Order: sequence, then C-alpha cells, then structure tokens
Amino acid sequence: MTAAFETGFDTSRLATGFADPVLDAQAAFRRLLAAFSYVGRIQEVAEIAEIPAPLNAATASFCLTLADLETPLWLDGAAGRPAVAAWLRFHCGAPLADAPEGAAFAVVADPAAMPRLDRFAPGTDQYPDRSCTVVIQVEALSQGQGQGQGQTLRLQGPGIDGTLDLVVTGLPPWFAETWALNHAIYPMGVDLVLTCGRKLVALPRGTRIEG
Amino acid sequence: MYVAVKGGEKAILNSHKLLAEERRGDPSVPEVSLRQIDQQLGLAVDRVMTEGSLYDRGLVALAIKQARGDLVEAVFLLRAYRTTLPRLAVSEPIDTAAMAVRRRVSATYKDLPGGQVLGPTYDYTHRLLDFALAAETDAPPEALEPAEEPVAHPMLRVCDVLGGEDLLEPETPAGDPASGEPEPFDLTREPLSFPAGRDQRLQNLARGDEGFLLALGYSTQRGFGGNHPFAGEIRLGEVSVEIVPEELGFAIDIGEITVTECQMVNQFAGSASRPAQFTRGYGLTFGHCERKAMAMALVDRALRCRELDETARYPAQDEEFVLYHSDNVEASGFVQHLKLPHYVDFQAELELVRRLRADHGDARRKEAAE
Amino acid sequence: MSEIITEPEQGPGNEARRRWMAVLARASRAELEAEWSDLPRPPSYEWLRRPEVGLVMVRGRAGGTGQAFNLGEMAVTRCALRLADAAFGAVATGHAYVKGRDRRHAELAAAFDALLQTPDGRGPAQEAVRRLADRRAAEREQRSRKANATRVEFFTMVRGENPR
Repeated sequence: MTAAFETGFDTSRLATGFADPVLDAQAAFRRLLAAFSYVGRIQEVAEIAEIPAPLNAATASFCLTLADLETPLWLDGAAGRPAVAAWLRFHCGAPLADAPEGAAFAVVADPAAMPRLDRFAPGTDQYPDRSCTVVIQVEALSQGQGQGQGQTLRLQGPGIDGTLDLVVTGLPPWFAETWALNHAIYPMGVDLVLTCGRKLVALPRGTRIEG
Repeated sequence: MYVAVKGGEKAILNSHKLLAEERRGDPSVPEVSLRQIDQQLGLAVDRVMTEGSLYDRGLVALAIKQARGDLVEAVFLLRAYRTTLPRLAVSEPIDTAAMAVRRRVSATYKDLPGGQVLGPTYDYTHRLLDFALAAETDAPPEALEPAEEPVAHPMLRVCDVLGGEDLLEPETPAGDPASGEPEPFDLTREPLSFPAGRDQRLQNLARGDEGFLLALGYSTQRGFGGNHPFAGEIRLGEVSVEIVPEELGFAIDIGEITVTECQMVNQFAGSASRPAQFTRGYGLTFGHCERKAMAMALVDRALRCRELDETARYPAQDEEFVLYHSDNVEASGFVQHLKLPHYVDFQAELELVRRLRADHGDARRKEAAE
Repeated sequence: MSEIITEPEQGPGNEARRRWMAVLARASRAELEAEWSDLPRPPSYEWLRRPEVGLVMVRGRAGGTGQAFNLGEMAVTRCALRLADAAFGAVATGHAYVKGRDRRHAELAAAFDALLQTPDGRGPAQEAVRRLADRRAAEREQRSRKANATRVEFFTMVRGENPR
C-alpha cells in the first residue's frame, strides 16, 4: 500500500508523460506553432504511450507542452476525473482552477455540456494576452468539403489565404453565434484549439467563421 | 549616402578570440577554479547572486570567471541563463526568525536576548593591507576556538522586542485573513507598474544595483530625505526554503540558503492619521551583502512616504526615478547601446545641423545687408 | 524546518516524511552515494519523472512578518520514481526537490524517499538518514559555537566622580 497524503494525490499508479519531456515538448510545440500560424489547417502530433481517459493525444500534448505552474487549468466535468487531474498536476505542475473564469487553459471533453465562451477569461484591452485558450475535444475533425455528417465551418482571416473549410462533428449548437461575439471583442477574446485523436486545429480570436 | 549594414563578422570573431586570451591572462599563471572563486571571493559571489537574482554559487562563480571579475557583466550573464530554466515552484516566505544565526548586531539595544554576535565582519578591522596574504604561503589562518555553547536559537528579532509596546509599527501580511494573501507582484513576469506596491518595490530593490542603492540611501541621511534611521537589527545566517509541490500537497524543505536581513527603525513624528511611532524599512539579500541590505532598507523606508502621508520631495522618495533606474542590467544595456552603430541617426543630425548653420548664416548676411 | 533533526522517523502525519526529505536535501551527493552502496539490498526503480533542473522563486516578507515579496530564484533539481517491484512490501513512489543542479543527488534522495515508505526497506534507510542528520547537526553546532565566540561580553566600567 501507499501512504495516502492529506492534500496531495496518489502517484503510485500515475501514467507516465512524454517519453522525453524536452524533445517531445519541442516537437509538440512546433506543431502548435504551425497550427496557430496556419489557422484552420489540421496538424498531427505524435502518439503518447499512456494517457488517462478521456483525454486524446492532441489534448494531452497541448497540456504537457504549454501548461505549467503559472497557468491554472480548468477541466470540464467529463475531463475532471481524479486520474486526469493527478496526471496533469504532476506532469505539468499546473494548479487546477475551480471555475472557467480563473483558467489560463481549459480542457473540454464534453462539448455538448460546455459553458459558453464568454465564461472564459477574454483578457483586457490593456493585456489581451491574459485570456484563456480553450481546448475542445470533438468527435470528428477533417479538412475540406463536408461529406455527410459534420458541420462545415468556413474560416477567413489572418493566416488563411482566402477561405478554408473545416468539418467538425460535436460542437455545441450555439457555437457559431457565440464565436461571432468572441470575434467582435477583438483584441480581447478566447482562442480555441479543437482536438480529435492526434489531430488538432487552432481557431484564434481573429478568425471569422461562417457556418 | 552609403551606409554599411553588413560586415565586421571576422572582426567580431577575432575580438572573441582576443577576449578569451585576455580573460585567461598569462598562461604560465595557474587558472582560477570555480571552487576558488566560490571559497575565496565569496562576497563577490554573494553580490552577483543577489543582483543576478539567482541563488547558485557554482553558476555565479562561472559567471564571474567568464566576465573576468566584472560583476555587473556577471549579473547580466546570470540573468540571461536563468531565463532558460523552467520555474518549478514558488517558496513559502522564508522565516528569518528561525534563522541559524552567524551574525547579529543591533544599534538600538546593547543588551538583548541572544546578545550582539559579531560573526565574520570587516567592521573592526583596521583596513590596513595585509601583506602576509601576498606571500601566498597557503597556510590556513589560525583556527577560532569555538565557544562552549552555540548561539541562542531561535534568536528573537529586535523588532519583536520593540513591537510589544506599540512603539513600532507592526508588519502584517497583505490582504485580509479571510480571503487569503494576494500573490505578490513578480517583476520576472510583469513590467513595472505605478503606483508600485511594497512587494514590487522590495523585489526591485533586492535585484537593484548596490552602488545605486548605496548612494540613494546615503542621500537620505545627508538631508535629501526625512529619514532618521537606526540599524534596529542586522542578521546573517541560514534559513530553510520550503515549497509545497502540487503532487505532494504538503510543505517540504528543499535545503537552506544564506541570507542577510536588515531592519531599519526610523523616528516618525506622526501624521493626521497616525500617532508618533517608529516606522520600518526592510532589506533582504542572498548571501552576505550587508551594505546592500542596509541601503535597501533605507530606500525602502524613503519610498514608503506615500503610505505614511509624507510629502515626496527627494530623489530617494520618487518611486519612478528609483525603480526605473535601479537595475544594472537594464542601465548598462541602455548606456552601452550607445556604442552600437548610430551611423544613420548621426548622418541625419549632421544634415540638420549643417542646414541650421546655413540658415543662420543666411539670416546674418541678410541682416548685415539691410 | 530549522530544528536540528535527531529523530527523523518520529512525528504524526507527514511530519516524518517532511523530516527525512529535509535531511536528504541537505546531504551531499557523495554522502548519499556512500549510504546507497552500503544498503544491504538497493532496490531497482523506474522513472515517473526524470531529474529536471529548474528554479524556485524564493519569497520573503517585509520586516520578516509583513507583506510577502519575491526575493529571487534558486536552482533546484527534482525527480520522481517508483520502486520497480513490491519486494519491499509496498509499491512506493519517491519524490525529491533538492537545492542545486545535481541530478544524481535528486535521484538518490527520491530513491531513499521511496524506500523509507516501505515496511521492509525502511530500517536500513532510517539508519542512513539518522547518520546524515547527525552529521548536519554537528556541523551546524560547530558553526554556531564559532559564531558565539564572537558574541560581545559587555562589562560595566566603574566610573569615578569627576575631579574638581
């Protein structure tokens, strides 16, 4: 048995993080940089050996690469399982935020039940960088014209030559409407990263979305 | 007009080689080791640790060696290096009351619990050059016979003696106890902002250049400030550093560091809102940096003029002046950047001055003609 | 924790672990290597987090008791590991955060921390910790006694009346 400590957590069955924290984080950072430079283009990160459910590899990479001691993390009900919380606190050192408002990064595993975007910190006029980046795990994510199910988002803005189509399954029904409000308060606003398996795509606040 | 925008690469590389030669000096003289710097130039290491804001004697010794003993350059090297390391935790505030004291003096009380412990100090030396050291015999100095007993532990702070009578303003944590303490301002994460809280001022002063703070502290004593300071207490020794790792959830002790603390006590006649009382200025440094800690405490007190309803009339009381100019990495960067090519700027100014002179000449000639 | 540690394994809750972690953080790498190789049965372990050098921001308080402020950073090395088998009666995780940049120091400190949590490994590890604690306490006392030799002994001069 392992001693149970009052306010810490059991690390005896903790999943490992990146196999090589420095090189793997650098590789994932490069993918994230590409995602935010080429808005709307899907990037793929490497697989990670052990990830606590329900996180996918892209969300896990995002957190292991960017979250740290100084970035409070908020997890939605589906993501906020003890094994996930312990894993993120251990490998990232990030404190967990009680509410979306206090988070620098947020992880949403169940988009249908997620809070509206105005619940997350949009930064201030003086410091628009003090905003939240929300990672949303979606059911399916693909590039180009939608085939069958899925909502086609037509993207336009910095980092996109003309327009770009993204097909997403699993965003909440209010998404487009709330996004327009988020876009309207530029330079404030939240940035989104949609993830699915090893795939991820960035939707910064400056992007216009029709769909 | 032609301006060279490239070139100098070979010259720069050769300059690095020449610098390396100069740094090493005469190769027939043995090379200085990092351990020698740490052990025998310990106070230089302490100063660079404090102003470089990084407690790591080995890294500091390396910086001093690389900088050929230029301590401000060493501070710069250290500040640059620290940006490459991740921050793993913030500590609980260190408890200087629990310090393992090696020096403790007070100018306000002769007899106090624990006594006056001089420790290793230059204060009572005659400042005569010791030519015996020049002989480099490598003989260890005569060992000090230890006293029968260790010093008192824990050693009561002098301010706690005075505080009992309410004659000295108390120092209490910020924020109200119910909502918890706000996170202190962090200059390594945010730029200076004004008006500055005491947390921001103390961090700035702790990193600040000793020479600058010494001169400012001196100015407050010479009439450019309303301070009437007493060195309430100066203490040197080791304190534990504790952190609460996220995964453990309880405080652990990660080792001890040497610090110097100075509590300045200042006479205060009172104001409309406060009765007469002694007020405080605080200095805290890594290692043994006593002059710095004292100067810091004087400047801290001077900068508290606003909260004590005093009129800010002197340079040391002007927080924008003090805080913007205390950092020797920033100051030396801005001063030394003047060495970099300003060819285009200067050409423009040259043109302007020529034109002004021509206009002036024209006007004079016109005047003379009329 | 600034008390001189004499009984590292005593204390309620996390107190015992806090004490031995403090002793391990203050040990030198050479001391830990020696103690580790003297163990009757050094365990094998796997990494949970490899040794990593980073910084801890050290805080102070104005006046020693007042508003908290950031003094400056210190170099720290941390790691976490898990004993590879349950041969010591428990699956234990060892953690270390130690001053300095010595990865091996952190590794050995974490390995001892794990061992100290197991019923079968505890005994010899406790002996090692006690030796280390005793040595630090002795050094500290010696330093303190030297400091005390510089304590000023005031004596009052008998003052005669001024001659008329």
